[in-house]
Amino acid sequence: MKLASPHLLGIEPLTASEIGLILDTAEGFAGIAAREIKKVPTLRGKTVVNFFIEPSTRTRSSFELAEKRLSADALNFSTSTSSLVKGETLLDTLRNLEAMSPDFIVIRHSEAGAPHFLARHGHTSIVNAGDGAHEHPTQALLDAFTIRRRKGRLAGLKVAIVGDILHSRVARSNLFLLRTMGADVVLCGPPTLLPRGLERLGARVSHRMDEAIEGADVVMMLRIQLERMQGGFFPTLREYASSYGLDASRLARAAADAIVMHPGPINRGVEIMGDVADGSASVILDQVKNGVAVRMAVLYLLAGGEREAAAPER
Amino acid sequence: MGRTARVLDGSAIERSLARIAHEILERNKGPRGIALVGIQTRGVPLARRLAQKLGAIEPPAPPVGVLDINLYRDDLSRIAEHPVLRATEIPFELDEATVVLVDDVLYTGRTVRAALDALMDLGRPRVIQLAVLVDRGHRELPVRADFVGKNLPTSPAERVDVRLAETDRGEDEVVIVQETGA
Repeated sequence: MKLASPHLLGIEPLTASEIGLILDTAEGFAGIAAREIKKVPTLRGKTVVNFFIEPSTRTRSSFELAEKRLSADALNFSTSTSSLVKGETLLDTLRNLEAMSPDFIVIRHSEAGAPHFLARHGHTSIVNAGDGAHEHPTQALLDAFTIRRRKGRLAGLKVAIVGDILHSRVARSNLFLLRTMGADVVLCGPPTLLPRGLERLGARVSHRMDEAIEGADVVMMLRIQLERMQGGFFPTLREYASSYGLDASRLARAAADAIVMHPGPINRGVEIMGDVADGSASVILDQVKNGVAVRMAVLYLLAGGEREAAAPER
Repeated sequence: MGRTARVLDGSAIERSLARIAHEILERNKGPRGIALVGIQTRGVPLARRLAQKLGAIEPPAPPVGVLDINLYRDDLSRIAEHPVLRATEIPFELDEATVVLVDDVLYTGRTVRAALDALMDLGRPRVIQLAVLVDRGHRELPVRADFVGKNLPTSPAERVDVRLAETDRGEDEVVIVQETGA
């Protein structure tokens, strides 16, 4: 059993059995964080370039920790240190990075499709760490891993995703993943932040939060990017919070054992109230913890060499 | 898949394990401090069976841990398909324990090398011993077993399959398979 592609560009092309393989493999890595020696020699001698052309602290740190725990060597390029600000094209940057013979490039880029461009033009395994408003596959995988650990399954669960669906690669990747795995997805947000045509991707759409989270097993809140305020997508933060913020009384409409998720960083008092974020239903910090195990699993599965399988030792 | 020949049946496997259990107690002068660690996949049921026999001879039965060695393999960059990870669970204190590693077949010694590295990352046992159901020879590393169920002279063109009720359908047996085209 292996992944069909040497790259992880998005969730959309993955099959249910590939997603299952990544989640099962992540179980094997989850215990490593609890050990005294939090490191395995699996990717010794491999080099990973973390190429982040958009601010990101948690995703980059999570990838870096995953790489270090697998004994790979990690090299970080971020916006401030990259020549992109000096006018180098993405293709030239790729050629320069590949001249250093990395085994993986983990890329975060503000343009949708940038990882696909690198995969098409280079010969290195590419991992998408978020491209524009397109996909953020490892986030969806760690969300699914967190849900599966709490609920024991994904199929048949009701998942409400609430907030800025329009700009959210997290929502897109989660929608693809949850639909592939047989969960029931409701997308909710103000009409200005819900693109048309989402029903075609298999989701239900609602503009009323109370209705969307009714009986939900999982409530996934998305971050309101404060810079969107200028776009006129909603009148005021206060109004957004009162219509789409998750507080304890709204959460009471969800299933009694519902879990609350958020990809972070959270805006307390906007999309999620402090008591809910810190409450017993919240699995926000589990998501952060599980992110490392899931990224280790992805790198492990992508790192299989091209040569023929050696004879098993019997 | 070529010709197969059965070299151990269910009762021969049970007798081998019973003898190994006695040898483990004799070597370590009783059950104190002994813990078993089965290497995934077939070392695990063998370790459980050994623990049960040890407990029956001289209680209490030792604790059993489970070790997946895939992250420590030396051929990861050479194989096209990385193996599926299984659980590693050591439910006892490894430091100062007398660990008996249990596996089904000892062949090149590379699995045992990986298992030793994996164990060392999890703690510092006082001593590690090795018990295998079958030693088929052809070592590539300086590794030897302390307890052997059966020494089985083989050629590299053959494959030794251990089939156990817990992991494989059907009855317990050890067979030699002649690989065709090898």
